[in-house]
Amino acid sequence: MSLQENQSQFQSDLNARHRRGKIWHITFIVSTVIAIIALVVLLVTIIEDSFGYAAITYKIPPSEIAPAGTPLESMLCEELIPILEENVSPNRYRQLQNEKPFTEWSQQECYEIVVYEVGGPKAEETWSLSYSLRYANELKTYVKQKYPEGDLIFKQWLNLDFITQPQSKDPLIAGIRTAILGSLYIIAIVIIVAFPIGIAAAIYLEEYASQNRIHRIIQTNINNLAGVPSIIYGMLGLAFFVRYLEPITSGYIFGYSSETTANGRTILAAGLTLALLILPVVIINSQEAIKAVPNSLREASYGMGATKWQTVWNHVLPNALSGILTGTILAVSRAFGETAPLIVVGASTFVTFNPDSIFSKFTTIPIQIYQWTARPQDAYKNIAAAAIIVLLLILLTLNAAAIFLRNRYSRRLQ
Amino acid sequence: MSINIKLASDQFSPTPLAEISNGQIAVEANQLNVYYGNFLAVKDVNLKIETKKITAMIGPSGCGKSTVIRAFNRMNDLVPIARTEGEVLFHGQNIYAEGVDPVEVRKRVGMVFQKPNPFPKSIYENIAWGARINGFKGKKSDMDDLVVESLKDSALWNEVHDKLQQSGLSLSGGQQQRLCIARAIAVKPDIILMDEPCSALDPISTLKIEELMRDLSKLYTIIIVTHNMQQAARVSDYTAFFTLDENRAGYLMEYGQTNQIFMNPKEKVTEDYITGRFG
Repeated sequence: MSLQENQSQFQSDLNARHRRGKIWHITFIVSTVIAIIALVVLLVTIIEDSFGYAAITYKIPPSEIAPAGTPLESMLCEELIPILEENVSPNRYRQLQNEKPFTEWSQQECYEIVVYEVGGPKAEETWSLSYSLRYANELKTYVKQKYPEGDLIFKQWLNLDFITQPQSKDPLIAGIRTAILGSLYIIAIVIIVAFPIGIAAAIYLEEYASQNRIHRIIQTNINNLAGVPSIIYGMLGLAFFVRYLEPITSGYIFGYSSETTANGRTILAAGLTLALLILPVVIINSQEAIKAVPNSLREASYGMGATKWQTVWNHVLPNALSGILTGTILAVSRAFGETAPLIVVGASTFVTFNPDSIFSKFTTIPIQIYQWTARPQDAYKNIAAAAIIVLLLILLTLNAAAIFLRNRYSRRLQ
Repeated sequence: MSINIKLASDQFSPTPLAEISNGQIAVEANQLNVYYGNFLAVKDVNLKIETKKITAMIGPSGCGKSTVIRAFNRMNDLVPIARTEGEVLFHGQNIYAEGVDPVEVRKRVGMVFQKPNPFPKSIYENIAWGARINGFKGKKSDMDDLVVESLKDSALWNEVHDKLQQSGLSLSGGQQQRLCIARAIAVKPDIILMDEPCSALDPISTLKIEELMRDLSKLYTIIIVTHNMQQAARVSDYTAFFTLDENRAGYLMEYGQTNQIFMNPKEKVTEDYITGRFG
């Protein structure tokens, strides 16, 4: 073959190589775009359901609560409270007063409580944000026809009350405070338990254990455990933490007793179960981070007469820390969103009081979302969407805080 | 035969060859064998290293010279499959004997590696750390003195005196390597092992390290592995030439004063290697 032929052969080969490269390049872009679209669709769907019109009907419409002629909105608290006392049961009246003495209520609060307690609003139908915006006028006529006594209200399902109020049977006033606190308590236990144990195990496996058969068996098992479905961990948690360790997880061994007995189905049991769930992931991630520490650093340390522990503590761990934290953050995020194992462990679906210790009954945000989406009424779908936004925001905040800490720490090392 | 290499004795030491030897042995290998798994990497090495001299180890790739130097401070212990037989006598005591703590061995036999590997800490901390882990119990000012002294001894002080709190990684390659040397001497070892310390450096940095080695040899015994024969000839007092047998096991071919090895090698293989006919 002459040089000329070679050259043309090379040219056509080269063009083919560039074409192949281009095809892959486009494939990668398309994949990224698909992922971004999926994310956007998810966010849009959630936001769609978190805001929008709702048709509200009343047992007694607000306009009829007040004595004829006076608009309810303009009445003072002193005038509103007697109406409340008149119309609700004495029990409920006392209950309301116990929550917050009436003298401390603002006019707006008085108005809202009277509308709610006396009027007995009910969300009949709800509409998504885009539908509400596009067909506002049609909705008005539709509601007027179908619910002549009812109101069409633009409802922000995600609002401050939603975050600060406890769980309730009524979606109009249901909040997520107890679930947020339950989730945070559980995550605290997960971090306290899984983080040190996971890192310690990873250090042992990477730095101390000799590479023999037993080591390989343990390693394989850890890798497999990371892939076990979370519901299996729930069963384990139920059998071990809830049933077998009940004296500990219910707290009565420590002299703790609660008026609402949880029988071991407590925050502690749930936290330990989730800690177990993410432990293999924490170990594997930490191992990878420790492996990534250059061996030259270990040699330098040993070469100066450092012991193994001095080497690990002063050089391996600080340099692996940012990798370890990255992996752990992801694992904790996973635990935060877990639902299945908590249902098995016995999360309560209806908790109206704050958890006061790790031996309390609990509910979590994902459990609430799951419960609410399972209800048939429209309005539950909306508060579930609002709860999802809260969940995402908390996750985002936790991750951002962890990443901020990590970056600050690793910068100090450089 | 004549080769065009300047010898250490020409450049640095006016002492006649016969008077080089001071007769004191810093470390001695007796029938040293090192295995990696079933593979015999180094066989039957017998070697006496003299105190406060520079001994160079040369030889083709894979001849086990790095393995031998790492046997002197038990760094091979860190390789799980490595196994050492025979003796390494350090001031008469076998460092592989039962009950000898490798940590103590490594404190007394320091090491500088091929790739500069300062800790990702400040220059000050790089030096202070070694003293601290080895039980330094002095005042802050004593530590400051130690750091300054170590940096001066390693000819780095003038370049870094105003940036001791900067990261060791911010230095150039040659400076990093001198920082590693400063770090090693801060622990006050008897012997400094250098495993190809200049192979990642440019010629000017290399020259600085070589000058530094000559200075340090007044206080320390230095063993250096090098691929650069000019370097061996320039800096070392003694040279050990290693080569491979048919099973790829490394062994000591010839050992002697550097001028003798380079000017008048006894073995044909040594001569071939040194004159560039193989290797």
